[in-house]
Amino acid sequence: MKRRNRWVFLGLIPFAVMVVAFQLAPIISMLTGSVSKDKGAGFTFQFYSKILNSPFYLQAIKNSVLISVFSSVIGIVIGLVCAYSITRFSPKVRDRLLMLSNMTSNFAGVPLAFAYIILLGSNGVFTLLFQQWGWSVFADFNLYSWSGLVLVYVYFQVPLSILLVYPSFYGIREQWKEAASLLGASKWQFWRTIGIPVLMPAVYGTLGILFANSMGAYATAYALVGGNYNLLAIRIGSLVTGDVVNQPQLGNALAVILGLSTLLAVFLNHKMTKRSRMLQAVKEAS
Amino acid sequence: MVHPGKKAGWGHRSFMLVLMIYLLLPLIATSIYAFAREWQTTLLPEKWTLDWFRMMFEDVRFLDALWTSLYLCSISVALSLVVMLPTVFIISVYLPKWESFMKGIVVLPYAVPGVVAAVGLIRAYSSGPINIAGTAYILIGAYFIVVLPYMYQGIRNSLLTVSAVELLNSAEILGASRKKAFVSVVLPNIWPGVIVSTLLSFSVLFGEFVLTNMLVGGHLKTIQVYLYQRVGESGHLASAIAITYFVFILALSMVLMMLGKKMNRGTHG
Repeated sequence: MKRRNRWVFLGLIPFAVMVVAFQLAPIISMLTGSVSKDKGAGFTFQFYSKILNSPFYLQAIKNSVLISVFSSVIGIVIGLVCAYSITRFSPKVRDRLLMLSNMTSNFAGVPLAFAYIILLGSNGVFTLLFQQWGWSVFADFNLYSWSGLVLVYVYFQVPLSILLVYPSFYGIREQWKEAASLLGASKWQFWRTIGIPVLMPAVYGTLGILFANSMGAYATAYALVGGNYNLLAIRIGSLVTGDVVNQPQLGNALAVILGLSTLLAVFLNHKMTKRSRMLQAVKEAS
Repeated sequence: MVHPGKKAGWGHRSFMLVLMIYLLLPLIATSIYAFAREWQTTLLPEKWTLDWFRMMFEDVRFLDALWTSLYLCSISVALSLVVMLPTVFIISVYLPKWESFMKGIVVLPYAVPGVVAAVGLIRAYSSGPINIAGTAYILIGAYFIVVLPYMYQGIRNSLLTVSAVELLNSAEILGASRKKAFVSVVLPNIWPGVIVSTLLSFSVLFGEFVLTNMLVGGHLKTIQVYLYQRVGESGHLASAIAITYFVFILALSMVLMMLGKKMNRGTHG
């Protein structure tokens, strides 16, 4: 290993070229695009101030954040309960359940939106059936609105959430439960004081990933509501590729905002995984 | 938390049943729709047909889209393989100190959503010295970045599991040159792991819509873009396409899983 061969480093050049050209250059270009003037050279924050003063774009941001928070929280609750439930089965069944859940995570984007249109769209099978059966509870439901979007977003969050929180249940040892119950703790007390705190880093970390996942989700929403629902990702898409009026610089600024929010969420995940590992290490030591 | 001998209670079982119904219902509905002549106001369709699948395979635009998807994904994955194999190898053998830096670069695509990446790419390449907007080149570059995390992790893990550095040193002690050692000792050993990451990358790219639609949607129609355009026209035909697509992805992940299992057995047994 001591004998270093300089020619070997030439092998890294293609990689460096690709990363610089298709990852770093676009990010830098987007950042500079969002702060440079429409015409001529110069530095400006006009696009950001335009966004912050526009009720329309603020609403897009708000809608995106709300739908991401809602779908992530619902997703993590379902994911936690399901992951726990899965741990109660025999290993064979457990593997099957996890496999099925992972399999459905391939069903995302356009095909997923499409399946929901078949089921619950305005001419959807269930929509018509419920009408015929006179179930008026569902009469107000509209797939192409807020509640429909949340429903579809939760669908693609659940398998991801199960996948991410499932391993952390294995951090809780059966002996702890026994010890707690020997000391007179009830099942609920065990979960409140030991189980849930141990799971917490994994929960926060997963929330970060789920949040980033739904903030950046474009295909599903685009296929479902087109430009009709005001979401950040959809706004960016139409500003840049120009369905209506082409305003690339405003799109750049919005994209920077979206990118920052997902970066932050993924960073949170990173921090939390570290803490989770620390907990694990403490456990190994004890 | 593991109870090997214990049987799950009724509560857990019914709960899992509900979850599975919830997760599988959209898939099942799409399949039924693809085989139904008409499906309205009844719980199940009254007449079944294979016409939608026949129409799909007679549709020239579908076959074109399938071909476009296949060749774009293959080229991108092949390129990624050619670039990443030496890169990961050099980093883990010669520059282990750079690994945390590499990890940072490699997780970045996870943190940058497709829409954001597309915005940057469009601005960087729609004017100026390199004008490749709307061409396959920009898409292949973008795809390269999309599969970067999968490729890096996959190759790195297989190098670690076969202890590539030790292998290499022993080969050298036995008198083989570095290059020869890499080609004839390390490469054959990491091959199964590399195939797994290749297939995984392929299936990720096959399902890609955002970048494709925003970067080249007007010029190149992949299967996802085509599906999006057909959704409004005929629901039955579109569901036939969606199901075919899903079965393809499923077959791919089955192969993946089997290979993965085989590999684990190979390293442990």
